[in-house]
Amino acid sequence: MSSTVISIQNLDLFYGAFQALKQVPMTVRGRHITALIGPSGCGKSTLLRTINRMNDLIPGVRVTGSILLDGKDIYAAGTDVCALRKRVGMVFQRPNPFPLSIYDNVAFGLRVAGMSDRCRIESVVEHSLKGAWLWDMLKDKLDHPALGLPLDQQQRLCVARLLAVEPEVILMDEPCSALDPISTAKIEELMLELKKKYTIVIVTHNMQQAARISDYSGYMLLGDMIEFGETASIFTTPKDKRTQDYISGRYG
Amino acid sequence: MERHFDEQLQGLKNHLMKMSALAEVMIADAVKTVVERDAAAVSPVYEREEIVNQMEIEIDEICLTLIALHQPTAGDLRFIMGAVKTNAELERLADEAVNIVQKAEHLLNVPQLKPFSLIPEMATIARGMVRDSLRAFVNRNVDLAREVLLRDDRLDDLKAKMSVKLTAYMSEDPGSVPRALDLLLISRYLERIGDHATNISEIAIFVVEGLDVRHHADQKRFVNRTNGHADNLA
Repeated sequence: MSSTVISIQNLDLFYGAFQALKQVPMTVRGRHITALIGPSGCGKSTLLRTINRMNDLIPGVRVTGSILLDGKDIYAAGTDVCALRKRVGMVFQRPNPFPLSIYDNVAFGLRVAGMSDRCRIESVVEHSLKGAWLWDMLKDKLDHPALGLPLDQQQRLCVARLLAVEPEVILMDEPCSALDPISTAKIEELMLELKKKYTIVIVTHNMQQAARISDYSGYMLLGDMIEFGETASIFTTPKDKRTQDYISGRYG
Repeated sequence: MERHFDEQLQGLKNHLMKMSALAEVMIADAVKTVVERDAAAVSPVYEREEIVNQMEIEIDEICLTLIALHQPTAGDLRFIMGAVKTNAELERLADEAVNIVQKAEHLLNVPQLKPFSLIPEMATIARGMVRDSLRAFVNRNVDLAREVLLRDDRLDDLKAKMSVKLTAYMSEDPGSVPRALDLLLISRYLERIGDHATNISEIAIFVVEGLDVRHHADQKRFVNRTNGHADNLA
């Protein structure tokens, strides 16, 4: 059994007067995929974004409760948020490569972190592109613009860009919703490969996706974590009627 | 693209093959008790039955989870549905081996009625049918599946021959009735094992071709079509 990497307890989050998360608990195990599902507005993306403090960027946000990453509270005073976001990277709904070459996209984080040794950068770029299953098809056009790639390759390039800075946790917010089924299948297979080395938390509107790829699932509704457990249990014998209704399409 | 899901399907196949191998050994041991009057072969049958029962539960769980998590369609769906049914057939044919060994235990305590060469012959055919029906299922080999179906007739013939012989014994010597009845039931159990293997072969054909050959359903459909009835094969 792998160890707990992220432990969330009694998490409340307010956008001004609106409470988006209510006493949420969640445990994320290392080198597993944890999926958050639930209808729009249930708080799943908000919860995901608390894990690397992306919500800090929104004015009026207030967070209480605790999120421990490897046992340390990431909301404690004095936390280096940049260092946190290096450890906990994020892939977004729409691929968002920089308007740079493929190579420079992957090298970007390394240069920001102060790495200047070209040989080393080259080696990390190759390694990262391999990790995102892009090396073989892109190795001869590393100087091409990243924005010229098909969407699924752009999304995998964003994964490669993350891998370059060696994160511990990868957060994915609807990473396939802009992709067709074939591209989605490729990203899903990639995620199953990535979980051998990384801890992944994914938000998805696609319940089938959560079922196919995740080891643990959490069902959220109106800011509450209704049910959290092993995905196989959630999808075969959910304990809460609300979970049952949602996963069998009877919600709303 | 090789899917992660395919690995899980392979795992399911491995489970079924292991269960089938256990059932085959159970049949061999059970019949050994009858033919060679070997009491040492009794307890392994019961021990393996425990494992088979446990595997039945595990395989159903695997299938349930695969359906819930992967929403299989087309060939994948037919395969998993076939696995659920094959699982039940294997468990039941393993139970037939237990039935045989129970009768054999009675027979061990009484003088042998007569060595019947038909029993080992039936057992050899039944075991072969189990092995090959399972091979047909996991390897998607419909030719082998159809060939297994043909072997069932031979098993039925042998069962009928046993009935005739044993009936003759019972009419001549009423003292032979309890033993003859046990042997009659043993031949019946072996014939039932063949029926379960037949079912597995029919499942294999359905999985590969999407064609239901049970109860000659495929031929009835043909009749319907020639009579101009609506017939949906999709």
